[in-house]
Amino acid sequence: MNDAAATPRPTRDLDFYLLKEEVAAFLYEEAELLDQRRYTAWLDLLADDLVYFMPMRRNVKAGEHAARENTREGSDISWFEEDKWTLAKRCEQIMTGVHWAEEPLSRICHMVSNVQLLEALPSAAAPQTVTARSRFLVYQNRVETETYIFVGKRTDTLRRVDGAWKLARREIILDQNVLLAKNLTVFF
Amino acid sequence: MARLDTDRLVDTRNGLISRELFVNKDLYQQELETLFTRAWLFVGHESLIPNPGDYFVSRMGAESVILSRDKAGGIHVLLNTCRHRGMKVCLYDEGNTTHFTCPYHHWSYATDGQLVGVPQYDTLYPGMDRAKWSLIEVAQMANYKGTIWATWDKDAPPFLDYLGAAKEHLDLALDCRDGREGGSEAFLGVHKWIIPCNWKLPAENFCGDTYHNPSHRSVDMIGIGPSARSGTKGRRDDELKGAQHVWVSFPAGHGIHSAIQPAMMPYAEAFRDTPVIEEYFRHCYEERQRRLGEKSRLLPFVGTIFPNSSYHGRQPRSICMWHPHGPESTEVWRIFLVDKDAPAEVKDLLRHFYMRYSGPAGMTEQDDMENWNYATAGARGVIARRYPLNYQQSMGAGKDDDPVAGHVSVQITEENSRRFYARWSDYLAGRDWDVLMGRRDGTPRRAAAE
Repeated sequence: MNDAAATPRPTRDLDFYLLKEEVAAFLYEEAELLDQRRYTAWLDLLADDLVYFMPMRRNVKAGEHAARENTREGSDISWFEEDKWTLAKRCEQIMTGVHWAEEPLSRICHMVSNVQLLEALPSAAAPQTVTARSRFLVYQNRVETETYIFVGKRTDTLRRVDGAWKLARREIILDQNVLLAKNLTVFF
Repeated sequence: MARLDTDRLVDTRNGLISRELFVNKDLYQQELETLFTRAWLFVGHESLIPNPGDYFVSRMGAESVILSRDKAGGIHVLLNTCRHRGMKVCLYDEGNTTHFTCPYHHWSYATDGQLVGVPQYDTLYPGMDRAKWSLIEVAQMANYKGTIWATWDKDAPPFLDYLGAAKEHLDLALDCRDGREGGSEAFLGVHKWIIPCNWKLPAENFCGDTYHNPSHRSVDMIGIGPSARSGTKGRRDDELKGAQHVWVSFPAGHGIHSAIQPAMMPYAEAFRDTPVIEEYFRHCYEERQRRLGEKSRLLPFVGTIFPNSSYHGRQPRSICMWHPHGPESTEVWRIFLVDKDAPAEVKDLLRHFYMRYSGPAGMTEQDDMENWNYATAGARGVIARRYPLNYQQSMGAGKDDDPVAGHVSVQITEENSRRFYARWSDYLAGRDWDVLMGRRDGTPRRAAAE
């Protein structure tokens, strides 16, 4: 998952580029829903068995990055390692109107770029599962002057369910060591 | 720098605390010089450095320290700065090494802090005694049930004296769920984040500010506890139903909130989402009663070990450090605890619960961060600072040593905060250890209006 070069790329034919465009459109539409605070519609894009993972990042010696740079899914404490139920709880909490970390609501803008199609199974012509990587810049402004900028990479797995794409896995690599924000109330 | 008269700012007799404490730059500097250089501070957990050569870079006050295990297995806390030009000798968050070598001129230190390598030593430094130029090591260090504590003051009392009767409450966080002593370890992965607030606000909050419950209403409404998937609301399981809550202050400045069951109660069903885990905690609960008898009636909530180390005792279970990072900035570090020998599925469930409860991504604590942020901002105004804050809750309602050791209130109180700030003032006034340990009274506290 951390090494794109190790994954054989799909053949770059017309199907590949059409699918890449479709995946990018999915990611942009998803960002649009989040920025418009349409949380219920956003949750509909998530597969029921979604894994949403954001590790913490350590300063480690050269040569140790693969083994130690990020906290590990399945055993360590991370910023996020959760499922759709927990994300739905987060949305529900924001909508109570008394979640003070998001009341009044933040102004949030997701910039998504560098979309790369890494894998399409069984094929780009008839895809059921795709893996894509992208970059994000999430801007959060709240209350009066409070501003946070989150920048990093995402690796997403999308799955075709009843003719529509659903997000089945999202790994978020935030490029910070000590988190430079008091809270992580935004979705990535 | 002239010392500010902090006794004028902390008027515990009238329950008034000046807002200067949360924004004043001179007070902040005075804290770094008089408080964080003397008090015992939590540095880390031995499970973060299990093997010889392991290290974990931590902080004491605003300074970087290395928690290191030397090749003989001994634990050291060393200031992370070269004795030659002051560059950091360890650039990493954690790892394993034989030496800490300064990148600048390559002075090299063993993992016990001894200076062992000086390039061109014979030619350039004839006669220099390398033994005098080790990394600066803390004056005292204590390993208490795996938690590592340190102080820069050689005259500070031993850690267990400093901890005093707060020990039986901290034990509730550190001991195994089934009542065996110790046995906890830290999950790997240390939360580190920055809150725009003065460090004392969260430290005080964890002294037992139970009054702030309404700010967590959103998370209580939706339910995120270990039984929430089965439909239980609230941010945790209610394991303290019918218990007498106690808020206890200790002479060294610690404040805790625990609860005492009226009798040896049957297990209050918790962790209902997963039957096998529910069964595990039921077993632990009953085993703990069997082991501890009447003592098992005491159950933990939260506490602050003076000045800036706080624990959550049960749901969730963690220790955090509110590191000073400027008058209006706090760098928080938190480790999460679990019984070392807990089954894998128990560890997994707790880990997920901790992540959704605590820290910047924690649905409960997010609301705290907002409060501490804007409470600090609210102390900034020139007019605002003319008006001290109201700390008059439950004045005079406490009693000494009843039903547990310490100054105890059986109703929600700000007495723990009042005493926290009184002790804070004693440090800033440079008083001796007899005063700091409550063996002798310092200066009577004058009214702020005087």
